Amino acid sequence: MSGANGPGRAKVVLQGVGKSFETRKGPLEVLQAVDLEVREGELVCLLGPSGCGKSTLLNMVAGFEHPSVGRVLIDGEEVTRPNPRRVFVFQEYGIFPWASVWDNVSLGLRALPRAEQARTAQHVIDLVGLTGFEKAYPFELSGGMKQRVEVARALAVSPDVIYMDEPFGALDSLTRLTMRAELIRIWQAERKTILFVTHDVDESIQLADRVVVFTRRPGRIAEIITVGLPHPRDLGSPEYGRVKNRLFKLLGVRHEV
Amino acid sequence: MTWLPYALVAASTLAIVASRRWPERVQAVVLPLSLALIGLCAWHVAALRQERPVFPTPAGVWSGLQDLTQLAPAGSPDDPGAGVPRLWRYVVASLFRVGWGFTLAALVGIPLGLLAGWSLRTFLAINPLVQALRPISPIAWIPVAILWFGVADGAAVFLIFLSSFFPIVVGTMAAVRNISLVHVRSAQNFGLTGLELFRHVVFPAALPQIITTLRLALGVAWLVVVAAEMIAVNSGLGYLIIDARNMGMRYDLVLAGMLVIGLIGILLDGLIRRLERFDEVRWGYQQR
Repeated sequence: MSGANGPGRAKVVLQGVGKSFETRKGPLEVLQAVDLEVREGELVCLLGPSGCGKSTLLNMVAGFEHPSVGRVLIDGEEVTRPNPRRVFVFQEYGIFPWASVWDNVSLGLRALPRAEQARTAQHVIDLVGLTGFEKAYPFELSGGMKQRVEVARALAVSPDVIYMDEPFGALDSLTRLTMRAELIRIWQAERKTILFVTHDVDESIQLADRVVVFTRRPGRIAEIITVGLPHPRDLGSPEYGRVKNRLFKLLGVRHEV
Repeated sequence: MTWLPYALVAASTLAIVASRRWPERVQAVVLPLSLALIGLCAWHVAALRQERPVFPTPAGVWSGLQDLTQLAPAGSPDDPGAGVPRLWRYVVASLFRVGWGFTLAALVGIPLGLLAGWSLRTFLAINPLVQALRPISPIAWIPVAILWFGVADGAAVFLIFLSSFFPIVVGTMAAVRNISLVHVRSAQNFGLTGLELFRHVVFPAALPQIITTLRLALGVAWLVVVAAEMIAVNSGLGYLIIDARNMGMRYDLVLAGMLVIGLIGILLDGLIRRLERFDEVRWGYQQR
């Protein structure tokens, strides 16, 4: 489908997915005929202007909403509802403010025996660098730490796929950079398939194997760009600049200010 | 010492004027105290100038309060032989009724509200009924309560139950319907259903608002118990007030009773506010 030729079989497949909402002024089409294949272990960014339907697309892939036309397949099976094996990381903290870090992270581990629950919870808490904050409540944590809790909660259930909807959008720009580096570190350690929605061009180049660029509403795929840079990525390299120019052009934004 | 009240008013006024430059912490004490003192003095002077001395002075209320905390003379109608002063018996009687009525209302109202807030069908079924019954003042139910329960604790408990039940159901429903979509989706994502869903998400998410609702409901319950006791039973603080008026125009006891009602109201509110300090609910009172 795209020019990428990484390893792994097709994990998430979108076939002619479209979505329209009923409004008072008639139907509003937000997405049009989206075809996409995401391979196992791949990190794909969905990039587009606000309101292009990329979040709606992610919500459909996660099973929270349903396509008006077309199908979403994961491992060859059509998605009809949310599934604990594929976890969503929300932009506005989806972790539970009434529960401690430990209890939040253990949410998906309810079925496991106690000892294993504790081992897994501790493992992911250490992995996201929150060791020592197990008993803290979210209101005692910074925005970045809350987002780490959410990532840990997702990783705890050892999901096949992680969906991230602008997960770092509410953080300050320095924390955002750290969180991206952390995400790459964790992704390289765990090799999950990640679908990452963002409207930030730099974020998509820093993270993605491939960047799926959307047009304005009704959103269609304008182009899929493969980022051929190895991690850790040099933000000053000529290749980085080349990809960035290409993305800005596709988004119809002038690069110079 | 007819000059004393005037001297106190002058001193208080002076304190109010002078306190402008004092630290805020001091002002927070001085201002209300001075104002209260002026009020008491005005009350005292006005009470002394009545033609028929029915309305008591502040000092009269104070001695009335002391009367109430003394044992009644043996054999008098106020002495059941229990050896406990009237005031304490009445306070216990009122708290007993509020305690039962309010607890029952919470035990029925919170689960019903959680269910109706979560399940659209339950909401559609009970909401019109709740909304239709809610505006009927509990006071209007007094004749019905007496018919069903007689002039006894049951009638008062029933009235308190009614007064707390509707706010609790409506408040809990609203709390559940306010749960943020992100948390609902998190729950769906992690496969929570049935009781687990209620235990891990619906109940804790709604809890801060439920506590606020309980606080309001308890306030109303304390208002209603006084009214209920004036008619539906013959003990309690409400009965004390109406009895003191009917048996000899003892307005000093009426006002003493009102004072005690106010103080206990503050105490109850303070107790229920302690619930807001738990870690599980503090998030609900910070931002927003």
